[in-house]
Amino acid sequence: MTVDGTTSPGGLLCRQCLTLEPLSNTRRCTSCGSPRLIAHAELRTLTMAHVDCDAFYASVEKRDNPELADKPVIVGGSGKRGVVSTACYIARTYGVHSAQPMFKALQKCPDAVVLRPTMSKYSAVGKEIRERMRALTPMVEPLSIDEAFLDLSGTERLHGRTAAETIAAFAAEIERDLGLTVSVGLSYCKFLAKIASDLDKPRGFSVIGKAEATDFLAKQSVSIIYGVGKAFQKTLAQGGITTIGQIQKMDETVLAKKYGVMGLRLSRLAHGDDTRVVNPRSPMKSISNELTFRDDISSFDKLEKLLWQMCEKVSKRAKASHLAGETITLKLKTASFKTISRSRTLGSPTHMANRIFEHSADMLKKECNGTPYRLLGVGLANLCDADFADPPDLIDIDGTRRSQAERAMDKLRAKFGDDAIVKGRSSLN
Amino acid sequence: MKITIERAALLKALNHVQSVVERRNTIPILSNVLLQAEGGKLSLSATDLDIEIVEELAADVIEEGGTTAPAHTLYDIVRKLPEGSQVQIAFGGDDPRLSLRAGRSEFALSCLPREDFPLLAAGDLPHQFSIAASALNRLIDKAKFAISTEETRYYLNGIYLHVTDGSNGGRMLRSVATDGHRLARVEFPAPAGSEGMPGVIVPRKTVLEISRLLESVEGEVEVAVSDAKIRFAVNGAVLTSKLIDGTFPEYSRVIPEGNDKVLSVNAKEFAQAVDRVSTISTEKSRAVKLNLGQDRLNLTVTNPESGNATEELLVDYSAEPIEIGFNARYLLDITSQLDSEVARFLLADSGAPTIVSDASDENALYVLMPMRV
Repeated sequence: MTVDGTTSPGGLLCRQCLTLEPLSNTRRCTSCGSPRLIAHAELRTLTMAHVDCDAFYASVEKRDNPELADKPVIVGGSGKRGVVSTACYIARTYGVHSAQPMFKALQKCPDAVVLRPTMSKYSAVGKEIRERMRALTPMVEPLSIDEAFLDLSGTERLHGRTAAETIAAFAAEIERDLGLTVSVGLSYCKFLAKIASDLDKPRGFSVIGKAEATDFLAKQSVSIIYGVGKAFQKTLAQGGITTIGQIQKMDETVLAKKYGVMGLRLSRLAHGDDTRVVNPRSPMKSISNELTFRDDISSFDKLEKLLWQMCEKVSKRAKASHLAGETITLKLKTASFKTISRSRTLGSPTHMANRIFEHSADMLKKECNGTPYRLLGVGLANLCDADFADPPDLIDIDGTRRSQAERAMDKLRAKFGDDAIVKGRSSLN
Repeated sequence: MKITIERAALLKALNHVQSVVERRNTIPILSNVLLQAEGGKLSLSATDLDIEIVEELAADVIEEGGTTAPAHTLYDIVRKLPEGSQVQIAFGGDDPRLSLRAGRSEFALSCLPREDFPLLAAGDLPHQFSIAASALNRLIDKAKFAISTEETRYYLNGIYLHVTDGSNGGRMLRSVATDGHRLARVEFPAPAGSEGMPGVIVPRKTVLEISRLLESVEGEVEVAVSDAKIRFAVNGAVLTSKLIDGTFPEYSRVIPEGNDKVLSVNAKEFAQAVDRVSTISTEKSRAVKLNLGQDRLNLTVTNPESGNATEELLVDYSAEPIEIGFNARYLLDITSQLDSEVARFLLADSGAPTIVSDASDENALYVLMPMRV
C-alpha cells in the first residue's frame, strides 16, 4: 500500500501545483489546469532520483544578468585554445555544445556572449542546491557540482508524500528560490535514473519504471551504459553489438568470456539490473590539476615551471582535505591530441608539493623529447589519511628536511595568507 | 643442429634463462633464447641487454649448430612435456624453423638468426673471488626485501655489495639494501681476492636472478667484478650483469649507535602477534603501536573504521617505558629474516630509528624507521 492510502502504484502528478491523482488519461491538471503532468504506472513506488541542473554555469550567469536572458551565452575559455564548458539552450540551437573548441562554437554562433567561468560563484550555488537536497534525505551522492543521485526510499512517511512528489516539489523550489531549472530522472536504480534525467531536458521530469525498463533499453545504443566509452564501443561494434537489445539477447557467460568483468556488467545493466546503492560519502579518489596551454610547449624547462605551480595546487588541496596519495600521476596531451599518462607509486604516501614535483618532474623529463604538448596535468591517486603521509626517511635527510620546511611554510601561510611566503621556483616567471 | 637431451635438465636451464627475458620486448630477438650445440654440450643464452645469462648442459649432440627461438614459448613447451621424456631439437635443412620432438609431440617454432643475437661485452673484470653458494645466498637473501622500488632513487634499486671493516673486526664482504624506511646490513668474512673490489650496486633484477640460480646449490660461486659489471658463475651457469651507475648513500650514519633500550622477544611469537593484531589495520596504514613496560610488550592497532586489536607479550625489557609505532609489514619482513629464537631490538625514542637483530647472529642487522602513531 502506498503512503496516501491508495493501493494502485500508478499516479498522475502535476508539476505545477503538485497534486497527485490516480492514473487517468487527463491531459491537464484538474486542479490548476497545467499541462505539466507526469503519468506513470509506478509513480508512487519509484524512489531513486537523479537531479541535473540545466546548462548550469550559463543559467547562473543569465540569472545574475537578466540582459543575457534572450541571448546565446557560452561559458568557457576565451583564448584560442578555449573550450566550451557550458552553452545555454539558445546557443545549443546553433549547434554549440560543451567540450567544443571555442573557435568552432563561435563559427556556429557568432553572436554568442562568451563568459569566462567564475567557479567560486557556481560552487556557492552548487553548495546551496546540495544543502537543499540533504534536507530531503541524507542519501545524496553528488556526481559533480550540479548533479546528484538521491535515494528517497524511506522518506515517504517523513515528508508525508511519495518520492515523486518530494522531488517534484524540490525542482519547483529550486526554480522559485534560486531561479535555476533542473531536470529530474526518477526510476528504481541509479543507472536508469541517470538516463531518465537526460530524456526531457531542460526543465524535465522523466520516469522509467520496472515494467518498461527492458523494452526501453532494447532500443538504446550501448553508449548510454556508463563505462562504455569510445574505445569499448568500438570493440563491441567489432563484435556486431551496437544496441542494448542485442546484449539482452546474449548469454551472460558468453559476454563474460568475451569482455570479462565489463561483459557481466553489460549483461546486468542491459536488463535494467543495477544494484549500486547511493553512497553519500563517496570518497575522493584522486586530486589533480591540469592546464591547456595557449601555445604548445615542448621545452622541459617551461613545462617544469608550470608543473611546480600545479604540484603546489594539488598539494594544497590534499592538505586541506587531510589526504595524501601513494601514486603520482602525470598527464600530457600532444599537439596531435594523443594523451600520455604516466604514474608512479611511491613507498609511502605524500602530500608534499616537493615530493609530488620530484616524481612528476622525473616522469615529465622522460617525455620531453621535442614533442609539443598542449596540456599538462599532475595528480595524486591511491589516497589515504594524511596521518600516514611523508614519514621521515632514513636516507633522504634532505628530503625529510624539505618536508619539514614545507610544513613550516604551510603554517606561515595559514597565519598570514598564501603570499606570505613563496618558493623561488614559483615566483620566477 | 641436432641434439637429444633429457627434459628435466633442459627445463631447469630454460627456467633460469627465460626469467631474464622480458615479457614485452620492442626488439624481437630479445624474446628469444640462443641455442648452440657444440662438443657434447648445449648452451642456452638470454639477455635483456642489462643482464646476460649463459647456461651449459650436457647433451647428445648429433650435429653441431645453433639458432634462436622464443624463450617463453620454448620453456612452456618443455614444461608441459611428460616427465622423463627425451627431447629432440633440430634446426637446419629445408625447414627454416626449429623442430622439437618428444614422444608423440612435435613442434615447429619460428627462429631468428643466431648472428643477430646481442652479446653483452663483459670487458675486463679485474676483481675475482670465490665464495660458498650458501654464504652468497645469505648475503643476498637477507637484504633483498629492503631494496627500494622508487625510480627517482635509482641508486637504492639494488644491493650495495662492498668490502669493509666488519662491525666486530676483520674485513667483511657486506651487502646493504634500503628503501628509506628500513635498512638491511648483512656481512660475511671477505673471501680471498675480494679485497680491493669497488663497492658496487647490484640491480634488483640481477639479485632475483642470482637467488634463483643459487636455489639448492652447494659448492662455490665464482664472482668477478669491475666498476661497471659483475659476473657470477655457478653450476654451469654464468650470469653477467651491468651495475647501477650511481653512488650508494653513506649508510653508516643511518645506523644509530647510542640506542640503549634493549628488548629481547621470542621472534616467532612476536611475528605472529604482529600479524594477528594487524589484521584490523587498513591496507595503507598498517601502523602497529608497541607499548613497552617492565618485561611486558603491548601491541595495539587502532583503525577508526573497523575497530582495534591488542595483544600482550611477555618479553625481556627493563629500560624505561616507551611507546613507538612501526609499519606492521616492515616488522614482519624483518622478523622473517631472523633465524634464531630471539629477536633483539635496540631503541632510543619513539621518533628515532630502531635496530633489530638476531640475538645469536652478529652478522645481520636491520634498521627500522618508526611511524607516527
